[in-house]
Amino acid sequence: MPTVRLQYFAILKDKRGIASETLETEASNPLELYEHLQSLHGFPLSAKRLRVAINGDFSRMDHPLRENDEVVYIPPVAGG
Amino acid sequence: MFSLSEEPINGQERTMADPAAGAYVCFEGWVRNHNEGKAVTSLEYEAYEMLAQKEGNKILGEAREKFDILEAACIHRTGHLLIGEIAVWVGVTAKHREAAFEACRYVIDEVKARVPIWKKEHYNDGNSGWVRCEQCSGHHH
Repeated sequence: MPTVRLQYFAILKDKRGIASETLETEASNPLELYEHLQSLHGFPLSAKRLRVAINGDFSRMDHPLRENDEVVYIPPVAGG
Repeated sequence: MFSLSEEPINGQERTMADPAAGAYVCFEGWVRNHNEGKAVTSLEYEAYEMLAQKEGNKILGEAREKFDILEAACIHRTGHLLIGEIAVWVGVTAKHREAAFEACRYVIDEVKARVPIWKKEHYNDGNSGWVRCEQCSGHHH
């Protein structure tokens, strides 16, 4: 089971109540991990409205998670 | 160069000066006092800084490739902003105006669509909400 570091932003940070955490997960990819976190914390956004970044680059929701990956879920952006 | 700033954006056009430029086009996004029928009193911008820098610079590189311009730059604010403040500035220099207009439009459109920056609106009724994120939750906090 890999240990991953999560950073939360915007609505996900508000809902989670913290900006980052490290956890060991059985999830094999970011999609499975998000669905697990959503069931724990009641995140209002469905996975299909999110993008994900792994280790500072946009990645895919089905990309395998590896030890020490830094995972960031990207809610719909609203700059400008 | 794309950058994020916690400080007010002001007078950026001076940094674009170039004797080869015949045109300078800029766009400023301002904090507006209303959105979707609600009175907005202030905004908060939050960015995933590392990826925002990277994606912002990628967009500026694309603009330089697609259009016949000399330079393209963008600054986006983070933190708490009041009505009327500049939230985002885009500046483009070119030999001629057409490419400068087109590239400026391209940069602001792509920045709004792709750069990981989020906006929380504070309303005059005391509520607040993350723009584009709250609709499906059905309520605001």
